[in-house]
Parts: sequence; structure tokens; C-alpha cells
Amino acid sequence: MSSMEELQREVERLQLENARLKEQLEKAELNEQLAGSRESTDPKPQNNATDKYPLTLEEYHRYGRQMIVEETGGVEGQVKLKNAKVLVIGAGGLGCPLLPYLAGAGVGTIGIVDNDTVDPSNLHRQILHDSYSVGMLKCDSAKRALNRLNPNVNVTTYPVRLDNTNAFQIFEGYNLIMDCTDTPVTRYLINDVAVNLGLTVVSASGVRTEGQLTILNFENMGPCYRCFYPVPPSPNSVSSCQEGGVIGPCIGVLGVMMAVEAMKVILGLYSTDDFEPFLMQYAGFPKQSLRTFRMRRRKEMCAACGTNPTITREAIETSKINYTEFCGSRNYNVCVPEERITVQQFDNEYLKVTSPGCILLDVRPEHHYQISHLPNTYNITVKSLRNMDGSLDELQKHIPSVSKDSDIVVLCRFGNDSQLATRLLKDDFGINNVKDVQGGFFKYIDDIDPSIPKY
Amino acid sequence: MVKVKVEFLGGLDVVFDKQRTYDLDIPSEGEFTVKDLLDYLVTNMIKNPKDVEMFIEDGTVRPGIITLINDADWELEGELEYVIEDGDIVSFTSTLHGG
Repeated sequence: MSSMEELQREVERLQLENARLKEQLEKAELNEQLAGSRESTDPKPQNNATDKYPLTLEEYHRYGRQMIVEETGGVEGQVKLKNAKVLVIGAGGLGCPLLPYLAGAGVGTIGIVDNDTVDPSNLHRQILHDSYSVGMLKCDSAKRALNRLNPNVNVTTYPVRLDNTNAFQIFEGYNLIMDCTDTPVTRYLINDVAVNLGLTVVSASGVRTEGQLTILNFENMGPCYRCFYPVPPSPNSVSSCQEGGVIGPCIGVLGVMMAVEAMKVILGLYSTDDFEPFLMQYAGFPKQSLRTFRMRRRKEMCAACGTNPTITREAIETSKINYTEFCGSRNYNVCVPEERITVQQFDNEYLKVTSPGCILLDVRPEHHYQISHLPNTYNITVKSLRNMDGSLDELQKHIPSVSKDSDIVVLCRFGNDSQLATRLLKDDFGINNVKDVQGGFFKYIDDIDPSIPKY
Repeated sequence: MVKVKVEFLGGLDVVFDKQRTYDLDIPSEGEFTVKDLLDYLVTNMIKNPKDVEMFIEDGTVRPGIITLINDADWELEGELEYVIEDGDIVSFTSTLHGG
């Protein structure tokens, strides 16, 4: 037998061994969980210790370090945490640091809503997931981590995208909502559903190096998200982590701060008499800073929580409130089909052959371009093009050979900005022959040359 | 002359030369309101006219930006009509949505 065959057999043997051990481990984990939940839900005490005490001995041991902090209210506080039912929407940059602190602190029931799967680009900040959970549902990956951390906690997962038809069903049964989502549409929806159900929302957000944190609709006395933001921001001003980038620990700080607020709400450290609406603003760069701003109270005219609300459960569930329309969306589709080429055409007609006089223009931000780019390309952002006000002289400062008769092919990261740039070059600069590459640089990498780094 | 510190947070500094804070001495006679401050910022401090819309809409701060006067929501202080005093801090922060 050759050594290669031997090695192959050995690999197979180890794979089987691996599968067998995994199965054993899963069974053991399940047993432990069941034992844990029996202890935590069985009304009849199982031993002398629980006769006298409201928590199991294991729980005293596990939560001892926080119970002896006076502010938690000791055992009484711990029981409040155990009885709490917290719904976390989003198991990403905020949810990942938040969830283990909730589970570790002994929050008895945790729901996780997320329909997304783990991608390698999440891992620098979404620290509940790891390289081995890539491709898994985030809510399942998070649940696995939480079960290992604290088997006393009941974790329910909702692998769905929260929308106006399922939100009420999911929210009901929970006492506290954690908004860890990433778009205005979902933030308005969470707010409106929570207001209708009288639920408090701890809400945080962040992008790049900064973050914000607030408590909305506290004990149904407001203010709510709509009191702060009655009019949604223009879609052009909304930046996501994918687009704007984000520093892992900067968004992480916000997730951890959410856990602190959740504990305080559950422990009853805020009351309707002394609750002061606030917004905290964290900046990681250049110097770390944390500010607490005093915010407005409930607005009487608020459409969700004011005296005459129009945003009712019925209006939400029957889609009378159209969240997508309300928040709007950017219109990138500004080019006609003849103005667009596929990455295959781009490769065949412009890259593989030398086309003299043809200008390849990459309109991504310079720090994106520096990560990776195609050879013989110019780099000018859409914003810079716009600032040239259609002046060919200005454009020639960057691309000396450019004229109204030039052949220009524009590309960006995903094929959105390149359309805007194509419009500018044709309409403002009067250059006739401009083409946009559909799907952009990343589509080119995916379909034509996967050896180029993608970020 | 009114002495006021202005801050641009949550990414708004891109509109103001990527600088987050400015200590301003603004020439003025009589009352100088937040409305006057906005006019001053637009006229003197936004270098690129195309950036004005990232800060102002319909004569006031655009939706999605929270304005604070001495760390309090401007709504508690009278919004555009608030009369700025020497040493006041006026902060503008863009609402963040990522998570």
C-alpha cells in the first residue's frame, strides 16, 4: 500500500472519529441544557438548597461577582434578570458584543432575530461568529455560542427578516427590545411596533469610528425614534458599514454599552419619575470621547407615540404605513442599457485588447482604490467629478488626454456610483462615448479574475 | 462679537474641511441666534457650495442631523431662535444607522 493511500485512510478514520465525537458532544450539551432549564423552570424545588433559596447553587456561583455589586440589588436583581425576556434584533456588530453579556449576566430568555449568514467580512467586529461559522445563519451561530457560555439561558432564534407582517408576533412575549439593526427602515419599524406594544427599546448604531446610544419609549412614556426623527434622512446621507466601513471595537463599545443599559432597565434603575431622555455619542478617533446629550421629551404631535397617533398596529400590519417608501431609496439606475457593458464585454473589448485612446476610470474613493485596482486606470471620485462642474479643463488636469471624443469606461465597487459618473461625464462634460461596467470592480473580480483582492 | 464653539460629529466634519471643532469669534451686533449661526456657517465655513445640502434643508438643519446647545437637544432651548451667549457650545451630529 502506498503511503498516500495510508494517509487517505488515516484522514477518513479521523473524519469518522471527528463526527462521532461531535455527536457525543452535542448530546452532552443538550443534556446539560435540559438539566439547566429544568433547574431554572421547575417550580418545585429539587433539593434543600432551592427550598431555601430562589436560585440554584450553580447560579449563585455563576452570578456571584455581579450580585455582590450593590447596584444590582443582589439576589432580587438576579431573579429579575432571570425572569427577563429580551429580544435582540440583529446579531451583527452590535448584537455580537451585546448578546454574550446578556447571557452571561443571566437574562433568562433571549430571542435573536437575524436572517443573514456569516461572511468573512463580518468577523473583525461580529465576535460571536468565527471562521468556522462562515455560511451559517448568524442567529444559529450566536445561539451556539450563548448555549456554551450559559446553558441556563433559553435562546430562541428567528431566522427571518423583520417586517411589518411578522414584527408584532415576534415582539409579543418579550419585555425589552434591543435594536441592533442597520437601516432606517427597520429602525422606524422596530420603534413603531414597540410603541404600539408599550415596550422599551434600547437602540444603538454606529459607522466608521463613531456610535450612538439611546433608550426609546421608556415604559411607554417616550420619547420615541419618531420624536427624535419625525422626518427620515435623505437616502443619500445614510451610510452603512459595508459602504462607509467600521472599526470593530468602536461598534463593539456600543454593543457593550447596550448591555449595561439593558441590565439597568431590567433591574429597575430607571423609573418613570426620574427617566431623562438622552443620546450618547461615542467617538473612537482621534481621541476617544463619550458625550451624553439631554434630549427632548415625547412630542405631543408624534405620529407614533403622541396624543393622536396615526401609526397604529392596524396601519402597520395592513401595510398602510409603507416603510420603504417613507425612507426612500437612492436611485442609481440612471443609465440606459446601451450605456452599460457587462464585465465580460469589459474584459474582451477593453482589457484583453489594446484600445488606444480608451480611458479606464475607477471612481471609488482613493483609499478603496489603494487596496486594489486594475492597471492603467485613472482614479477620480464621483464627488470630485461633480465638483468640476462639467469643466473639461478641470478634467484634463487629471486625465491630460481626455476630450469630448474620448472613449471612457467607468467602474466602481458595485456598479452604482459608476452610473452616476457616466451621467455626469455625458451630460455635464459632454463626452459622448461613456460606458458603465455593470456590477463594477467586484463583479469583475468574481467573474473574470478572482486573484485580485476584494474587501 | 460672540464667542462660540461649534462641533461637527457623526461624520459631519467632512462638510467642514474634516475638522471636528472650531472656536469662532463672530462679529455681530445685537442678538445672535442659532439661525444667524447657521447662515454664518453656510456663508463662511462650507467651502464647497455643493455640500450645503448635506447640512441645510428648507432653511434649517436637514433631517437626520441633531443639533445640541450646550449638550442639550436644541428643541429644549428654542431651536433657531435661541440667542447664543459667549462660551456656548453648539454641536451638530449626524444620525448613524449602521450596526
